[in-house]
Amino acid sequence: MLVFIIKRLFNAIFVMLAVAFLAFAIFRVAGDPVEMMANEQMTQADRDALRERMGLNDPMLVQYARFVANAATGDFGMSWRNGQEVIGLIADRFPATMELVLMATLLSLIVGLPLGVLTAIGRGRWFAESLQFISIIGVSLPSFVVGIILILIFSVTLGIAPAFGRGEVVRLGWWTTGLLTSSGRAALILPSIALALYQITLIMRLVRAEMLEVMRSDFVKFARARGVPRHRIWFRHALRNCLMPVVTMTAMNVGALIAFALITETVFQWPGMGMLFIQAVTFLDFPVMSAYLVIISFIFVMLNTAVDIAYAVIDPRLREAK
Amino acid sequence: MKLNKALLTGIALTILGGTAAQADNVMRWAGAKDIYSLDPYSYGDSYTIAFLNHVYEGLVRYDENLEIEPALATEWEIVSPSLWRFKLREGVTFHDGAEFTADDVLASLARVSHETSPLRGNLPAYKSATKIDDHTIEIELSGPYPLLLNDLTNIHIFDDSWMKANNSELPTDVSAQVEGFATFNANGTGPFKLESRVPDSSTVLLKNAEWWDEPRHNLDRIEFTPITSAPTRVAALLSGEIDLVDEAPVQDLGRLSASPGIQVLERANLRTIMAGFNRKEKLADGRDNPFNDLRVRQAFELALDKDLIQKRVMRGKSRNAGTIIAPEIPGYDAALDQFPAADPAQAQKLLKEAGHEGLPFVLTCTTDAYVNEEEMCNAMVSMLTRAGFKPTLDIGPQAVQTPKRSGGQADVYLVGWANEPMLDSYSILVQMVESKSGTAGVFNWGGWSYPQVDALIRQASTEMDRDKRLALQTEALKAVKDELILVPLHQQPMAWAMSDKVEDVAQLADNKVRHWLTRMK
Amino acid sequence: MSSDPEVNLPAEIIVRSDGPDGPLTRWQKSDLWHSFTSKPSAMIAAALLLVMALAAFTAPLYVPQNPYDPAQLDLLNAEIPPIWAADGQWPFLLGTDTQGRDMVSAILYGSRISIIIGVASVALSLAVGLIFGLFAGYFGGLTDTILMRLGDIFLSIPTILVAILVSAVARQALPTNLREVGAAAVLVFAISMSAWVQYARTVRAQAAVERGREYVQAARLLKVPAHRIMFRHILPNTLTPIFVAATLNFGMAILTEATLSFLGIGMPPSQPSLGTLIRLGNEFLFSGAWWVVVFPVVQLSLLVVSVNLVGDWLRDALNPKLR
Repeated sequence: MLVFIIKRLFNAIFVMLAVAFLAFAIFRVAGDPVEMMANEQMTQADRDALRERMGLNDPMLVQYARFVANAATGDFGMSWRNGQEVIGLIADRFPATMELVLMATLLSLIVGLPLGVLTAIGRGRWFAESLQFISIIGVSLPSFVVGIILILIFSVTLGIAPAFGRGEVVRLGWWTTGLLTSSGRAALILPSIALALYQITLIMRLVRAEMLEVMRSDFVKFARARGVPRHRIWFRHALRNCLMPVVTMTAMNVGALIAFALITETVFQWPGMGMLFIQAVTFLDFPVMSAYLVIISFIFVMLNTAVDIAYAVIDPRLREAK
Repeated sequence: MKLNKALLTGIALTILGGTAAQADNVMRWAGAKDIYSLDPYSYGDSYTIAFLNHVYEGLVRYDENLEIEPALATEWEIVSPSLWRFKLREGVTFHDGAEFTADDVLASLARVSHETSPLRGNLPAYKSATKIDDHTIEIELSGPYPLLLNDLTNIHIFDDSWMKANNSELPTDVSAQVEGFATFNANGTGPFKLESRVPDSSTVLLKNAEWWDEPRHNLDRIEFTPITSAPTRVAALLSGEIDLVDEAPVQDLGRLSASPGIQVLERANLRTIMAGFNRKEKLADGRDNPFNDLRVRQAFELALDKDLIQKRVMRGKSRNAGTIIAPEIPGYDAALDQFPAADPAQAQKLLKEAGHEGLPFVLTCTTDAYVNEEEMCNAMVSMLTRAGFKPTLDIGPQAVQTPKRSGGQADVYLVGWANEPMLDSYSILVQMVESKSGTAGVFNWGGWSYPQVDALIRQASTEMDRDKRLALQTEALKAVKDELILVPLHQQPMAWAMSDKVEDVAQLADNKVRHWLTRMK
Repeated sequence: MSSDPEVNLPAEIIVRSDGPDGPLTRWQKSDLWHSFTSKPSAMIAAALLLVMALAAFTAPLYVPQNPYDPAQLDLLNAEIPPIWAADGQWPFLLGTDTQGRDMVSAILYGSRISIIIGVASVALSLAVGLIFGLFAGYFGGLTDTILMRLGDIFLSIPTILVAILVSAVARQALPTNLREVGAAAVLVFAISMSAWVQYARTVRAQAAVERGREYVQAARLLKVPAHRIMFRHILPNTLTPIFVAATLNFGMAILTEATLSFLGIGMPPSQPSLGTLIRLGNEFLFSGAWWVVVFPVVQLSLLVVSVNLVGDWLRDALNPKLR
C-alpha cells in the first residue's frame, strides 16, 4: 500500500518537473527575454548587466533548477505587461475561476445524472433517443458559440442575466466571492451554464453506459428473475454502481474544466485566470503564461494522483493491477 | 514565500460588501482596453494618462473649451525666455493627507524627465527646476519655448514623501524584476481617489471629498471595466450593466441610437491615422529599402481608396485627411489637406517605373490602438494587392507591435497622432517628423532624416511669436506632404454611448473622459 | 442484447460464414452495414458529411470568388445581405462580409481548411501514437518507460492549453513572413501534440498482449523482422478502437482549431477558417449584418455534429458491450 502511494507521488513529482521544464523552455523558444523586456533606450551595457542580473548567462541546468526552486515557493517573476508579481495576479483571479468551475460542476451533476438515468432506462424509446441525439449536439457546439448565443438570448433580448463580468464581489480574506450578492449570483448564471454544457453531456453519457452495463450483468438478471421491482433495480443497484465512476470523472475533470473555462471567461469577460492567460498570450507575457501552465498542471496532477490513491485505498485489487 | 504572504493576509477576515450599494451616484464606465498601469509615467499611453487624470493633476489643465486654466499652479510668469516661475496653490492635500508643496513638483519633474522615463518626450524643452520657496518654483528650459503650459497639463504631480517612502522616485522599470509601488497604488490630488484595482477587470475610484476645487460632478464612485470585445461592450450597455462606453463600435451606432434609454455622442476626433514607412538603408530582411524611393510611397498612397474606407469601414464617420494634422490643430492649412483620388493603374505604373512590381512587404497593424483598425488593414491589403504590391499583414496588440514598429521590423506601419496634450502641430513635428536625437523624433519609428525639415522645426521651437511660429510649422508640414514622409489616411471617429441616467458629460475633441465634469440623474 | 463475438474484429473481416461473395455483398451483409442502415441519424450525418466535404474540396471549381486572394476582395461589395433579402445581389447567395468576401466562398474554403487541419492532425497524431505505442508495447522495458512517461506529461496538461501554448510560441518563433504560410501547419502540430497519447496507450496495451501470443513467438523464431511483426500482425488487431477514437478526435480537432481561431491565435484573416470567420463576424453581432456570423456558426456546428454522430454510431456499433 505505502509502496504504491510513494510510487504514485514520485510519478506526480516527475511529471511536474517535466511540465516545469516545458514552462521554462517557453521563454527560450519564444525569444531572448532581455530583448523583450528592455526598453528602447537601453544601451548594450545595460542589456548585458540585465542579462547577468537575471542569471541568463548561467548554464541551462542551473537556470532550470532556479526556475523550479522559485516556482516551488510561488515565485514566477514579474508580469511584463502589468509590472506586478505573477503569483499575485493569479491569486487575485483564482477565486473567480474556481467559483465558475465549481458551479458548472455542480450544475453538470444536477442535470447530467437524472438525464443519464432517463436515457438508460428508456433505451430505445423516443425520448431517450432524442436526449441522446441532443447530447451529441451538446458535445459538438463550440463553447464560444454557446456563450454568444446565451448572451444574445438572455441578456440582450430578454435582459434577465448579465452579459459580462462577475457582478459585485465580497472579499473574505484573500478569497473573493460573488455568491453573497445578488448581482454576483446573477453574473454566475450564464457563464456556468455555458461551461457546464459539455460536462453535462459527458456525465449523462457515462451514467447511461454504466447503467446499461450493470443492467446486463448476471446479478441484475437474477434479481429480475427473483421478482425484484424494476425501479428498485434501477436506483438501488444500477445507479449506485455508477456513482463511483461519475464521482471519479467529475473530480478528474475539474482540472480540465479550469483550463476549458478560459474560453467561457473570454466570451463573458469573466475576470478569472483563463482570461488573464489569454491576455498574456496575446500580449506575449511569458512569465504569466508559464505560471499558468505550471499551476493548472499542478492542480491536474494533484487531482489525478489523489483519485488514484483513493481508488487504491478503496479497492485493493487495483493496486496489483497497476 | 510570496504565496505565504498571500495566504497570511487571507487569515484576516474582512468583509467589505455592500458599500457600493449605499453610494448614490455610481458611474459604471466601460472602455475598450484596460489602462496599462496606475503609474502615469510608466507607459506613454494617452488613454492611461487620461484615466489617471482623475486621480493625479498637473500644474495646469484644460477647461471644457480646451483652454488652459490654473490647476495646481495658480499663476505663472516668464522671467526670461527660458525661465518660467510658477506660484503653487496653497492648502491642497494629497489623498493620503500630505500637503502639496514645491518639493512634490520638483520630485515629479525629476521622475518624468529621467532618462528611463517613457514620457520624457512629452516635456521636450525641460532642463531643470528649482525651488524658490514652499509654494514657488522655477523651471529652466533649454531655450525659448512657447508650449510649456500645454506640456504641463499632463505632467501629473506625485507626493515626494510618498514616493520616497515607497521607493518610487524613479520611473517603474519592468526589467528590474521588482513591483513598482506606483504601478498598483496611487496618491494624487485629483477629484477622485483610488479604491481598488484588479488589472483587466476593474478599477474603482471614489470621490475625493477634500478636493481643492468646487466639484461640478455629482459622482460618488466610478467603476471602470475594460471590455475588449465590441459586441460584449454593446450588450452590457444595452442590458443596463454599464452606464457609459467611451469607445462605442462605429458599426453599432445605428442600433445603439435606436435603442430606448441609450444616447450616443459623436464628434470629430483630433487623432489622425497615418501610414509610416521604414526608411533605413535596408529592410529587416536585408533587402535594399524600396520605400526610400518617392515613387513607391506615391504608389502606396494612390493605391488606397480613402473614400471607400471612409464609407464602408468607418461607416461614414471618419474624416479623410490630406495632411497629417486635424483642422482644429494650430498649424493646419486647408491647402495641404488635399489628396489624390485612388488610382490603382497609376500606382502600378509608378511601381513599375521604380522597378518594384509585385513588391512584397509586411504591413504592421495593431488590434487595440485605433478605431476598426483590423478591418481597415485588411481592406488596405486588398487595395494594395490590386495596385501591384504584395503586402503581408502582421497584426497584434499595441504592446507587441510597437517594438517592431520602432525597431525597424515593420516595413510599413499604421500610426495615429492626436497632438495631445500639446494641441499644437509642433507636437507631431518634434516627436514624429524630426530626426531622432535626444527628445526629438522619439516616434520617428521609420528612422528618416530631412535636414531642411529639421531646421524648420528647430526654428519654430524657439519662435515666441505665434503667427510666425505657425507659419514655420505649416511650411514643415508642406515638406512632409511633398516628400510623403507619412501618408495621412483619416481623422478617426469618436463615439461614446451612454444610458439616459447620464445627464451631462464633457466630450471634447481630444476624446478624453473627464468625469469630474460628469453629472448623473 | 446478444453479444456477438465477431464484432471485436476489424470491420474488414466481419463476414458471415455463408458464401464466397464479392466485397460489395460482403459489406452489405456485414453487421456494420446493418447497424448503419438501421440508424437514420448516422446515415443522414454520414451523407451530410460527405456532401460537405465534397462541396468544400470542389469549391474552387464553382464558387464566385477565391476568398484567399486579396485582389478579389472589394470593399464596394461589403455587407451585401443574402440573395433573398431586398438588397441581395447575384452571385452572393449568402451575402458578403465587411471586406466584400462572398460568404459562400468563404464558408466553403473555411470548411476545407477546417477539414484539412482536422484530418492532418488526426493523421499526425495517429502516426506518432501508433509507432510509439507499438514500440513501447513490443519492446517493453526502457523504451516503454520513456515513451509512456512522455505520454503522462502531455496528459497532465489540458489539451486546449497545450494547443494554445504551442500555437502562441510557434508563431512567435516563426519569422513574420512565414507566419501566414505556416499558420495551418502550426495548428496541426499544436492539436496533435496531446492527441497521440490516447492512440499510443491503446496500441501499447494490445501490442503487449499480442507479444505473448504464439504466432508472434513463432514469427520471431523464424526471424521475421520486428517491424514486419508489428505492422503486419499486431497493428491490424488494434484498428477497431483506434478507428473509433480517430473519428471522435477528428471532431475534437475541428473544434479546437475553431476555438483557437476564434481566440485570434489560429488561422489569420487572410485565410479564414470557420473559427476566424466567426471571430470577425462576432464584431458585427449588433450591426444588423447577422449573416456574417450566423452562416459560419451553422456550418461549423453541422460539420462537427455530423462527425460526432458518425463517430458515436461507430463506437456503439463496434463495441459489443453496448449492443
